[in-house]
Order: sequence, then C-alpha cells, then structure tokens
Amino acid sequence: MSDTTALKKSETREPLFHIAKRADIVWWKAWLIRLAALAASLIVCAALARALGGIAPLAFFRSMISGAFGTKRRIWKLFYELAILLSISLAVTPAFKMRFWNIGAEGQALIGGLATAACMYYFGGKIPTPLLFVVMIAASILAGMIWAVIPAVFKAFWNTNETLFTLMMNYVAIQLVTFMINFWVTSGSGTLPPMSEYALPTIGSNAWILNIIVIAVLTVAVYIYLRFSKHGYELSVVGESENTALYVGINVKKVIIRTMLLSGALCGVTGLLLVGGTDHTISASTVGGRGFTAIMVSWLGRFNPIFMVLTSFLLAFLGAGANQISNDYKMNGSISDIITAVILFFVIGCEFFIQYRIVLCKNGKEGK
Amino acid sequence: MSAFFTQLISILTRSIANGMPFLYGSTGETLTEKTGHLNLGIPGIMCVGASSGCIAIAIYGRAAGGIDASNPFLCLLLAVLASFVGGILMGLIYCFLTVTLRSNQNVTGLALTTLGTGVSTYMISKVQNAEFVPANKFFTYSLRSALGENAVTDSWFGELFLSHGFMIYLAVIIALIAAWVLKKTRVGLNLRAVGENPATADAAGVNVSRYKYFFTCLGSGIAALGGLCYIMDNLNGNWEYSIAEIGWLSIALVIFTLWRPNLGILGSVVFGGLRILGNSNFIRGVDKSVMQMLPYLVTILVLVIVSMRNRKENQPPAHLGQNYFREER
Repeated sequence: MSDTTALKKSETREPLFHIAKRADIVWWKAWLIRLAALAASLIVCAALARALGGIAPLAFFRSMISGAFGTKRRIWKLFYELAILLSISLAVTPAFKMRFWNIGAEGQALIGGLATAACMYYFGGKIPTPLLFVVMIAASILAGMIWAVIPAVFKAFWNTNETLFTLMMNYVAIQLVTFMINFWVTSGSGTLPPMSEYALPTIGSNAWILNIIVIAVLTVAVYIYLRFSKHGYELSVVGESENTALYVGINVKKVIIRTMLLSGALCGVTGLLLVGGTDHTISASTVGGRGFTAIMVSWLGRFNPIFMVLTSFLLAFLGAGANQISNDYKMNGSISDIITAVILFFVIGCEFFIQYRIVLCKNGKEGK
Repeated sequence: MSAFFTQLISILTRSIANGMPFLYGSTGETLTEKTGHLNLGIPGIMCVGASSGCIAIAIYGRAAGGIDASNPFLCLLLAVLASFVGGILMGLIYCFLTVTLRSNQNVTGLALTTLGTGVSTYMISKVQNAEFVPANKFFTYSLRSALGENAVTDSWFGELFLSHGFMIYLAVIIALIAAWVLKKTRVGLNLRAVGENPATADAAGVNVSRYKYFFTCLGSGIAALGGLCYIMDNLNGNWEYSIAEIGWLSIALVIFTLWRPNLGILGSVVFGGLRILGNSNFIRGVDKSVMQMLPYLVTILVLVIVSMRNRKENQPPAHLGQNYFREER
C-alpha cells in the first residue's frame, strides 16, 4: 500500500509495519533463527575474507576448521579454551541474572591469579606442598571475592553504577599485576619466570585435563544453584523486578552482595586454574580479554550454564579458526578480530527476531 | 625563570597536549551516554579514527606526489574528515544494533571494540608508515609559529597555551560547543530527556530514535578524532597499538567529569598529566604502574562520592544502559 492512498483514506500516515514483543516463541524456532544468523554471518565472513585478503571461500572454511581440529594438540587446546571461557562465564552469570552488569571479570580473575602467584612466590618450598595448594586455593578465592564485593557493596548501599565501577576495577587489577611483577623481578625484565615446581598436580601428562574436569563440575554446580536453590530463585526475582523482591521480603542488599561474592569466588578459581594449573606464572595478559568474551558467552547462552557450553564452544572455535586464518595468510591478526566481531554482530542482532516480531499493517488496521 | 618553573611549565604543556585525545573521547562518549547508551566500543572507534585519518593522508599524499608537495590545509582537512566519517560508520553499526535491534549495549560495544582493532590493523597494514608520518609536521604546526615571534609567544603563556597543534584547540572548541548545546539549547534539553526517561520524551513528541542515532553517531565521530590526535599529534605519526588504552581512559574521564564536557577540559589535562608522569621519571621511586593506576582510582573515587552524595545533577543518565521499546510499559 502506498502512502498517498493512506493519506486519502484516513488523513493520517500509517507506518507500513510495526514491531511487537513476542509473548513466547517455540524453542526450536528460536534456535533456527540463531542458526540462520550464524550461517549468514559465515557467508559474510567468507566474502570479507575474499575481499580483504583474497582468500577463496573454501580455503577460508578449511583453514578455520583445521585451526580448531587440525591436530590432536589443537583439539586439546580448543577444549581447554572452551573450559576457561566457560569458567569465567559461569562466574558472571549469577550477577547478570540479577541484572548486575559485572564487566569486571577480567580483573577479578586476574587478581585471583595474582593471589595464586603470590602464594607460589612466597610460600613455595617453605611449607609442605599439600598445604601450599590449600593456601593457594583459599587466597585466590578470597582475592576474587574482595575484588567483586567492593562494587557490590557500593551498588547495594548507594546504588553506584556497577558497570562503570567494575570496568575501572579491571584496569586497577592489570596495573597492580604489573606493579607486583616489577616488585618481584628485580632484573627489570618485567616477566616472572615460571614456578612450575609449585604448580597444581597434573592428571596424566596433560596440564589441561585438571582444568577441564574442575570446570565441568563447576558447570553442573552453577546450573543446580541457579535452577534449584533458594538463592538462585532470589537472585532471579531481584533481576526481574527489585520492587517485587522487596514486596515478597527478599533482602535485596544481601542478595546483591552474596551473589557478587559467589561471582568473585568463581573468577578467583579461574585465576587459580590459569596461574596454578597451566601458566605457572602471571602477566598482565594472563586472562587475555577472556573476561570480556565471557560476557558475550553468558549473554548469548541466555544465562543458562548448559547453553553456555555451546556458546563458549562457538567462541573458542571462532578464536582458534580465525587465528589459523591469520597465520595461514599472514594477516597480522586483523582478519581474526574482524571475523569474530562480524559473527558476534549477527548472533547478537538475531536476538531481536527472537524477542520481537514485525507486524505488517493493512489499511490502517493491525494485521497478523 | 627558575629551573623548577621551566620544568613545571614544560610538564603542564605536555599534559595539555596529551590530555586532548581523552577530551575528544570523553566529549563523544558524553553525548552518547546522554542518549542513554553506554558505548563500550569507544576504544575500537578511536582505533578506526586514527587509521582512517592516516589512510586518507597516505592516499592524498600519493595523489599529490608526496606529503611534502601537498597542500597542508587540504591534507589536514581530509585526515580529519576521514577520521570523523570512520567514527560515524562505526557509530552507525552500534546504533543499528542497539537502537533498531535493541541488542544488549555492553555486548555490542565490546564486539565493536574487537571490530575496530581489527579494522584499524588491517587498514594500517595497507600503507607504509612513511606515507603518513611526514604529515605530522602539519599536525604539530603550532599557533606560536603561526603568530610569529613576540613577547607574548616567547613567554610562559605562549609555551603553555600557544605551542600546540590545531587538533588540541579543536578538542577544546568541540567540548565547549557540546557543553553549550547540552546546557543551554532545546536540543540539549530533549537529548537529556531521552537519556533520563525516553518514555516521557517520546510522549512529549521527541523522536527518541532519531536523537539516539544522531548523537551516538556524532559522539562516535568526535571520539574518532581523538585517535587521530593521539597518533598524529602526541606520537608524531608513529603508529602504536596503545590507542585502545586511551579509549578506556576516555570512558573513565566521562565519569570523572560528571558527564560535563566543559569540566572535561580540566579533567583531560589531569589525565594527560598522570599519563606524562607515569611515562617519565619525574617522580622518582614510584613505580610507573602506580601512576598509570591513578586515573582509574580517582575515577572510582569520583563515582563513589557522587553516588553517596546522591545529588540529582551529578548522576549518570537514569536510563543509561537500557534500550527503549515504546510498547513496553
């Protein structure tokens, strides 16, 4: 229908369509939309790779798959990346469900790692190794909790904007790590040599298996906590509506602080696994932006730990594949960033079509 | 003049110059946040701003047969325009996702930063450094040299305020205009209404989406200039991957200056000064990382104090971070 006839009929201009919120959507339809978006994004990425790097589409996909699954080592690396990403995502999820935008996971995990490294540095060799492990675990969890609870307390009592607060805390943590490294390493090289003799025990010959097992257990635990416990119920009520929570007698302040303590503790565990389990040293880039990627993992997984296994697989796969393309075609990392971002845009954007529907208007009346 | 005074003036002068990239970033982000959108893509936008400016210089240089043979004004104009347009394009991506598709702002912003880093790395790999570095003399050509030698320009005043390149003054001018628009005009009033309560603004007849699109894109364009200013003015054209850091600090500066671009002028000099002191050995015995931590710490302090005092005019826009859907009540 053209605008002119609309003007003649009703003297007011009707838009061609309007947007309405969907009340509900069948689960398979939602996943079909997501898959379609993913497929569309891969086509766009292949086109981009051709335009920017002259990479043929088939070679593009082959390179991506080889980067993720090409060798046995790469497959292990993929699952390790998946596990670490998932671990940080699990940490931020309770907070997100409460609509507390904790974007400080990077700093919380890093500070947990720093506490682990400090224990290894000061107590390594001076106390029995089993005791050292206990101290490392306790210190990393405590450090993560402290880093997370500071913004939570201010949010709870003075409604301080948590997004900005936690964002700033990341950079304080990064500088603190740099400071401690300079303090420990007197040679001025700025890198702490690995302290492998005090590392967490390995299962078999692979340093990554322990991390993967711990995180698998954590995933199930967080799922149960969110789905079946009273705490999990309370925090989702606070997230849906603070007024409702107050009305039914939930202590909102207590829930905010408790949930962030949990969030920080899980980040601390990730830091422990990164430093104590695999790296055996620490640097400002130990967490390496995973704290930010985890936000996307958690959000794309609809804050459900089981779905998040899938979304962290997607992001780990993307990272590995895109890196491989950079290596194969010598594109200094630019193509991997671009591909990752484009795919994310599509996946983020497609949520619109899951939450809303577009309704065409006919003759000024609302049509289906 | 005593040696101490000379050194003080020199540090203050460098603080001003090094603070202005933050000012571009924070003015742009303030305009964006006033629409209720927290754009965490600013670091990426600044990267793109810097690289598209450099690319424009290189392309123009090729056409003119070398930077030295080119017209300085045209060269600067093209660089600034390219940078601004690059920023606006990034802003459009962000707006389409968050305003039209109502995607989560934090997630979109972080993805935009990833995109910006990638795009700028790609763009800068397509030209030789030598194709844009020589243009730095146009950027750093100071007002003092333009005015010629006299008693005023030779004094400490001249050193402090007149020895900068044009992008430093442009930052201050843009910040002052932004402050005036926000505080004194009807457009500014509507803009603030959109960020505080979009439903009310909508009911009052303000086109909420148009305001969000316009000011978020404009803000991105302004922030992009910060990247260009950092590379071509502060670093004399030497490409460095620390632009993203400037972007994060700019977001901090928005809070530090309580969403006021005019306060941002002072705030950016403070941030610039901390950066200078962090990178120099002026204060002995203090680790560099402690100095670099300070901007974030003072920002947290400001954020906390402001929320504790709870004065209405100092708060973040009430709908910051929340997308607006008309039919949702």
